[in-house]
Amino acid sequence: MSYEALLEIPPYSLEKEEKKKILTERLVELTKLHKEKCPEYRAILNSVDFDIDAVEDYEQLPFLPVRLFKELELKSIEKEGVVKTMTSSGTSGQSVSKIYLDRVTSSNQQKTMVKIVSDYTGTGRMPMVILDCPSVVKNRLMFSARGAGILGFSIFGSKKIYAFNDDMQLDTDGIKEFCEAYRGEKILLFGFTFMVWQHFYKELVRLKEKGIIFDLSNAILIHGGGWKKLVNEAVSQEEFKQRLKDVCGLDSIHDYYGMVEQTGCIYMQCECGHLHASIFSDVIIRKPEDFSICNKGEKGIIQVVSAIPESYPGHSLLTEDEGELLGEDDCPCGRKGKYFRIYGRLKNAEIRGCSDTYAAKFNE
Amino acid sequence: MTNYEKYLNVFVESFSVSADDAVNLEYQGIPEWDSVGHMGLVAAVEDTFDIMLDTDDIIDFSSFVKGKEILSKNYNIEF
Repeated sequence: MSYEALLEIPPYSLEKEEKKKILTERLVELTKLHKEKCPEYRAILNSVDFDIDAVEDYEQLPFLPVRLFKELELKSIEKEGVVKTMTSSGTSGQSVSKIYLDRVTSSNQQKTMVKIVSDYTGTGRMPMVILDCPSVVKNRLMFSARGAGILGFSIFGSKKIYAFNDDMQLDTDGIKEFCEAYRGEKILLFGFTFMVWQHFYKELVRLKEKGIIFDLSNAILIHGGGWKKLVNEAVSQEEFKQRLKDVCGLDSIHDYYGMVEQTGCIYMQCECGHLHASIFSDVIIRKPEDFSICNKGEKGIIQVVSAIPESYPGHSLLTEDEGELLGEDDCPCGRKGKYFRIYGRLKNAEIRGCSDTYAAKFNE
Repeated sequence: MTNYEKYLNVFVESFSVSADDAVNLEYQGIPEWDSVGHMGLVAAVEDTFDIMLDTDDIIDFSSFVKGKEILSKNYNIEF
């Protein structure tokens, strides 16, 4: 099946067996494509005992450690075909992943992301408050994961405003005016978890004490990028939601899990608090001892597969995150596919994620 | 100004190109028309014609020619 055809299928409509068939076919094709086009990937496949023609399920495909994109420049296209290079977020001193995109992959990322997010927000565009500073998207040739996230979500914004100036100070008057201007409309808020907490939530609390109150009961917040810092501050997901609701009435809050190495295929949190895999990608939880697949309810390392990457061999990756499969095809929200939760980074893994790398600065 | 002139003008101003170059432009064909430039272009088109594009149309808006086609087909703008 072509990727165009896949995009026509509603993102959470397939049951396990149907999804397995379609995704396996596509991922086998991608494995063959990258084996042919990317010499490093070919060398890796040749060094392991693996027969692509014997694959019956995408769970059998080899996976690359996500770290490899920091050490090697892996791409399956000529230099001339690269239209965008994306980098992972890293704290200072860390090396970053480099992901090379051509037109097709870049466009499929955006299309996929729109399909997934629309399932939660509706297809209409909304006035949008970006909970970040304008300078993040400045370097247009080298996109940080943070910039890419903002830009990707910007497509949902009809009118947009950045909530912070470049010193990360909340533009109180600007936001106030913006909310007045679009009173009665659903407003989209987008930002990275730690920044939402540190520069938005805390500021709203301070303003409320001075009698300045924002009513965002009509808004929807989408946030991602990692919980590490908030876990350290002992702020749980439930508390994050409850306290935001208390301070500004914000009731619709969706976390998401995603990474620059598989941009487009994000895992959105549903109304029941579960992260969901769409038909465009999947998570496989593996045991750290032997990489065999965990049972439901068992904590393990997360492998992610994505049907998108054609310009770089990132369609099957072992992350450094820990998670747990909660169920498949039977979430009360009605969406098909696996749903899961994340426990955060493996111990001794590098700090990653737009939220966490930014938050690391607050320890210095 | 006719709708065509307005449309052409959006490209000329958004990407600092001549009218002759504008009509042949494609998404990611010049450094200015990248994903950041694209969102700027969309905003300018929307302001100029007082419309709001659907997300699908923003994604499909892949060239000067294609954009014109989308505007006339889906937004009743006559060129």
